[in-house]
Amino acid sequence: MGNAMTKSLSIVLTGSGGAGVMTAGQTLLDAATSCGLYGLMTRSTGPQIRGGEAAAMIRLSPVPVQSHSDRFDILLALDFENAERFAEELPLDAASLIIADPAAGELPAFLRACEAAIGLVPMAKLAKSIAGARVSMVALGVLARIIGLPETAVIAAVAESIGRKKPEALVASEKAIRIGTEMAPEVAISRLALPAQPPPDRWSITGNEATAYGAMKGGVKFVAGYPITPATEILEWMATALPQCGGVLVQAEDELASINMIIGASFGGAPSLTATAGPGLSLMTESIGLAVASEIPLVIVDVMRSGPSTGIATKSEQSDLNIAVYGLHGDAPHVVTAPLSVADCLLTAQWSVHLAESLQTPVIMLSDQSLGQARVVIDRPADIVLPAKRLVPEVSPDGYKRYAMTETGISPMAIPGYSGGQYTADGLTHNERGTPTSQAKDHIAQLGKRQRKLDAFDFSAYWADIDGEGALAVLTWGSSSQPVQEAVVAARANGIEVKLIALRLIAPAQPALLSAALAGVDRVLIIEQSHTGQFWRYLRAHYDLPRDVVPNYCPGPLPIRPGEVHKYIQREARA
Amino acid sequence: MIRAPAFDSVAAFFAQALAIEVEAAERYALLADQMEVHNNKEIAAIFQKMATVEQEHRAEIARRAGDSLAAHSPERFAWIIPDGPETAAFEDAHYLMTPRQALLLARFNEQRAVDYYAAIAAAATDPQIAALAMEMAADEREHVRWVDQWLEQFGPDDPDWDEDTDPPVYSE
Amino acid sequence: MNMITSCKPADYKSAVKPVWCPGCGDHSVLLSFQRALAELGLPPEQVAIVSGIGCSSRIPAYTNCYGFHGVHGRSLALASGLKVARPDLTVIVASGDGDGFSIGGNHFLHACRRNIDLTYVVMDNRIYGMTKGQPSPTTEPDWETAIAPDGTGLSPFHPLVIALASGANFVGRAFSGDLAGTVRLIVEAVRTPGFSFVQILSPCVTFRPDQQRAWKQAVHPAAVTETDDPARAARRLMTDDGFNTGVLYRGNREPYQPAPKAYHAPSCLETEFAL
Repeated sequence: MGNAMTKSLSIVLTGSGGAGVMTAGQTLLDAATSCGLYGLMTRSTGPQIRGGEAAAMIRLSPVPVQSHSDRFDILLALDFENAERFAEELPLDAASLIIADPAAGELPAFLRACEAAIGLVPMAKLAKSIAGARVSMVALGVLARIIGLPETAVIAAVAESIGRKKPEALVASEKAIRIGTEMAPEVAISRLALPAQPPPDRWSITGNEATAYGAMKGGVKFVAGYPITPATEILEWMATALPQCGGVLVQAEDELASINMIIGASFGGAPSLTATAGPGLSLMTESIGLAVASEIPLVIVDVMRSGPSTGIATKSEQSDLNIAVYGLHGDAPHVVTAPLSVADCLLTAQWSVHLAESLQTPVIMLSDQSLGQARVVIDRPADIVLPAKRLVPEVSPDGYKRYAMTETGISPMAIPGYSGGQYTADGLTHNERGTPTSQAKDHIAQLGKRQRKLDAFDFSAYWADIDGEGALAVLTWGSSSQPVQEAVVAARANGIEVKLIALRLIAPAQPALLSAALAGVDRVLIIEQSHTGQFWRYLRAHYDLPRDVVPNYCPGPLPIRPGEVHKYIQREARA
Repeated sequence: MIRAPAFDSVAAFFAQALAIEVEAAERYALLADQMEVHNNKEIAAIFQKMATVEQEHRAEIARRAGDSLAAHSPERFAWIIPDGPETAAFEDAHYLMTPRQALLLARFNEQRAVDYYAAIAAAATDPQIAALAMEMAADEREHVRWVDQWLEQFGPDDPDWDEDTDPPVYSE
Repeated sequence: MNMITSCKPADYKSAVKPVWCPGCGDHSVLLSFQRALAELGLPPEQVAIVSGIGCSSRIPAYTNCYGFHGVHGRSLALASGLKVARPDLTVIVASGDGDGFSIGGNHFLHACRRNIDLTYVVMDNRIYGMTKGQPSPTTEPDWETAIAPDGTGLSPFHPLVIALASGANFVGRAFSGDLAGTVRLIVEAVRTPGFSFVQILSPCVTFRPDQQRAWKQAVHPAAVTETDDPARAARRLMTDDGFNTGVLYRGNREPYQPAPKAYHAPSCLETEFAL
């Protein structure tokens, strides 16, 4: 992509057997952040619970970045144990630099093949020469010197993480870092300029944390959940946070219990949420249908992972769109949202709670592993006020009708305790009062009511992020949005006019809004991460698209990279 | 106090001695595999070496036993103690264990074997079995000495030997 | 069922190296499976090991038998279907305390009630290992975890008593650190017809590193012989120290094994429709 690409430096640390690769990666990110850089970190691991091979992937930039670049500038390998596991995720080339320990032996074939420059540093030996030093600290020193971070920043970052617990370890770490900087090879890596002052008001946060915090801001008061990779962190974060804010969390015995517990809590008046992944969402579908039919506000976060079935739990994919939209039996319209980036998890979660409460219906929020478990350094997001506002009844003389026909389709929802509002919520087809019925007119009326709720609602500008003008538009959703956005920026810098439309609202479809957005567009390039092109087929089914549609879909587990998207844009712009 | 079993024949004694070595060797091989999967090559090599030593000992015993083994198949014995008298326990392994700890584990098990054979020798009514048991005890004492020599290469362990700053990860 | 008397434990092990942490009790359980199957003389191809999701559920791939690594909590249902369709097979179900007693809880009740001839082995480490340390239904109420920072405050339940109350025909407990005892119990469990439930206390070296030592000291063979009175067995289990090992109950219930009544060709059914 040449110099139109976002300026950044991508570094990956690999190692195994308790070397502390992930901790070192986090420390590097912390150090770079303290110097004013922004960054992103993801990780990859082997199947062992401890001691396995691990890779920490870090991207640093003077501007916020929320996805990985096309290649790595630097690979620092503490050892090569089982490193081939990561081969497909570590694009390196002749302009890259590999730092290795001569004691680790010969480079594995996949690393020799990339023809990168190699710098050898005897990190293990250097660490052994200092009592109590860890080899990962030596590695940090080496990296700090190569990329131009002052060693004081690295030492401060280490002090922050371990200094309080073990001051004597800090002394050893400091020595190890210094020796690393001394022994770093002289290399020609172009460094990032550090700002004079670190920008104020920044956050370091993961997608799962942002989701959890956004939900709290939205007003969630009850969570029930069952641990599942990669969503468990949402539950664990909320387990401590909720009780601080007037809420509670219960670990359920399974997903069937989780979804029913939150239905109960919501029926009782508490904005409620659960978080799961594909297999858990599959289990929940029957009861989500119950919430649709009985009009119960709910938020179900699905942190998508590579499927189908048990799949690859630690890898990402955008292949739960179908089940989120179509997975309920019967005609059961509901809301499906999807955050566009790690930072956007906060807004989207908050918005999802707002939508659930306003529309009295389940909202399935499709996050994914690449967002949920990625850590980014960003500017503090602006506060957004989206009150969770459930329509509540006023006293009525002729008896309360929970499912009254209204123009908006939204009928006031009595909360237990409200005198005169007693009703029985039901999954059975019911009339306006909520009484079960087999009458055609009631069935049709209630189906219409629930559909009208969604049709008549103003989803506001949050429904999609739309940007730019051009005859060519790129249409995407979820985590694909970030690499797409980088590619679009680069394409525009290269003189290509291209519009970007990233949907945050997947269901209900918004044909009128998309048609307006596509005014003047005669070719649409669709980018998504699923084997069967779920997003493309969904758009085809529910939207009017221009004459030329170029779908581009590919399953996980490898991330979509800006460079490949840029190539597609260039190809479609030329054609 | 080790209760020694009684043997009704020299062949039965040899059959059990072989079984002890086979089980010990298999256990070291399993531990070596575990260490390899957890990227601790140094310890994997130590356990692999121990497995080889036990296999060699087995071959030596088979040679000594000669034809007398024909009638016995060393399949399975009801060990008096939970595991075979020379077998390292699974629970004593740790993915970050040090060479010193691995060798101490080996030494512990070799010493157990010494004590086991000494107990058999003391309790045996058949003088031939007593002599053979003494010979086995001597073999195992030799192993203890050999491990001790190997141990001399290693200084005391770091108090932080089991520190791994990375948290456990999940794969499902 | 063929029995082969020359099976060795090594015949039951596959080439896949276990990914369990060194020090995990499940390594001993795998070896116990191998020794038990060798003692039972079962050809590996006639044994099926069915599991759910979790560290313990990885065991089928490490054996040379037929295996099914299914979804979380449903191994008993899957195994029940397999055994009813193929009564000739020996079906062993492997699970953990999370997979088996939490999401699998409901299927546990009904598997005991049905009393199909299965052997159900639960490796209980009182924690969710694979998802990094959440409490399970057998975790102590004050054990602190990220998802329950002050402990759950919930009493663990008694899976062996639940099994008895639900109709299991054989109930026993072992400790993975006692290989011989575990092998003996698995052999007895497989030999006993009907639903046999074996709880193996199998310490988690990563999330509960003190378990190994504590449990080694706590376990002891049950001081009384097994009983065939489920109420007596239940009372013992609810009032003892929780560390009795051995066969704790062996009943006489007939196993559930529906069988076809005849083998006619389907065309014989047509007459009902013919006018």
